[in-house]
Amino acid sequence: MTAIEFTVVVWALSALAGFLGALTGLGGGVVVVPALTLALGVDMKYAIGASLVSVIATSSGAAAAYVREGFSNIRIGMFLEIATTIGAVLGAFLASRFSTHALAIVFGLILFQAAYLSFKGVPENAERVASDALATRLRLGGSYPVAGSPQTYGVRNVPAGFAMMFGAGALSGLLGIGSGAVKVIAMDRVMRIPFKVSTTTSNFMIGVTAAASAGLYLKHGYIDPRVAMPVMLGVLAGALVGAKLLVHMRVKTLRMVFGAVILTLAIEMIVNGITGKV
Amino acid sequence: MDDRRLETIIGRLLQAGVLLAAAVVTIGAVAYLAQHHANHVDYRNFVPGGPGICTFPAIVRSAAHFESLGIIQFGLLLLIATPVARVALAIAGFALERDRLYTVVSVVVLLILLASLLHAT
Repeated sequence: MTAIEFTVVVWALSALAGFLGALTGLGGGVVVVPALTLALGVDMKYAIGASLVSVIATSSGAAAAYVREGFSNIRIGMFLEIATTIGAVLGAFLASRFSTHALAIVFGLILFQAAYLSFKGVPENAERVASDALATRLRLGGSYPVAGSPQTYGVRNVPAGFAMMFGAGALSGLLGIGSGAVKVIAMDRVMRIPFKVSTTTSNFMIGVTAAASAGLYLKHGYIDPRVAMPVMLGVLAGALVGAKLLVHMRVKTLRMVFGAVILTLAIEMIVNGITGKV
Repeated sequence: MDDRRLETIIGRLLQAGVLLAAAVVTIGAVAYLAQHHANHVDYRNFVPGGPGICTFPAIVRSAAHFESLGIIQFGLLLLIATPVARVALAIAGFALERDRLYTVVSVVVLLILLASLLHAT
C-alpha cells in the first residue's frame, strides 16, 4: 500500500468510527483500533497510539458544546481524575509489558462489553438520592437543568466510584481508548449521579485521562505520526458531524447495527489474538 | 466567577486548541503526502522508537526544520497539551473562587499529568 492510499483509507475508516462513536456514545476508539489491526494489519501498538490521540481530540473538541448544556460537574470530574490519571499511567506502563496478542485478547473482551452496552444502552438510573457524608464533605453534589429549571442531585459511594475510575483509567492507558462507558457506569450506577451529568462529565474526563498515558505512548513510539495523523483528523471530523446529527437521528436501529459490528470485531480480535495473527 | 462561567471559558479554549492542533497536523500531512505519497508503507510490525521523533526536544527540533513528520508530531503535542491546559485553568478558577480543597485536587491532577509527560519524554 502506498502512503497516500493508506492515509485516505485510514482517514475514511476513522471518520466512520468517529461518526458512529459519537452517535452511540461509545467513542471512536473501540472501532478504530480493531479496524486498523484487522482490516489493514496495522500493529496493535500503532493502532492504540493513534486511537489515544483521537480520544483526546474528541474529548477536547466536544467540551465547549457540553459545557453550554450546563450538565457537566467540574468538581466531580476533577476529583475522579486523580484516580483515572494514576490508573492511566499504570495502564500505559502495562501496555509496554503486554505482548501484542495479549493486548488483542484484552481488547476483544472490552469489545464484548461495548457490544452489550450498544445492544442494551447504558442502564440509566432515574432515582435521585441525597449525598452521603464523604460526598458532602467533598461538595460533589450539584444541580442540573431539568425541563428548564435546576434540579439538585446528591452523590453516594465515593470510594467505590473512585476505585472503578482507577480501573477505567488503567483500561484507557492499556488499550488507548477513552473507556467512557466504564466511567459513565461508575458515576451513574455506583455514585448515583444523573445520567446526563455522568455522560458529559465523563467526556470531560476522557481527555485528561488519555493525556496521562500520552507521555509513555510517545516515549515507546506508539504514536507514529504517519498513522496517528489520518486517525486523529478522521475521528475528529466524524465525531463533529455525528454530534451535530445526534438530535435528528433515530439511534436505536443504529445501535443494534453498531452492536453487531462490535460483536464481530470482538470475536475476531480474540481469535486473532489467540492464533497469534494480530 | 462561578463554575459555569469558568467551564465555558475552558470549553472554548479547549476547542480552539483542538482546531489549532488539527490545522498544524493538516499542514504536516500535506507536506508529508506531497513528498512521500508514492512510498510503500507497512505498519505490520511495531518498531520500538518508530521514526525517532518521540521526545519533546526531538519533535520541536524536527518541526523547526519544517520536516513534515515533525510538524505532525508537534500538532499532536499541541493536542495532548489541551487537557493539561484545562487542568491548569481549573486551578486558576478554583483559586479565584477561594476554593482551597478543589485548588489542591486540581494541582494534584496537574502534577500527575506533568510527572507522566516529563518523565516519559
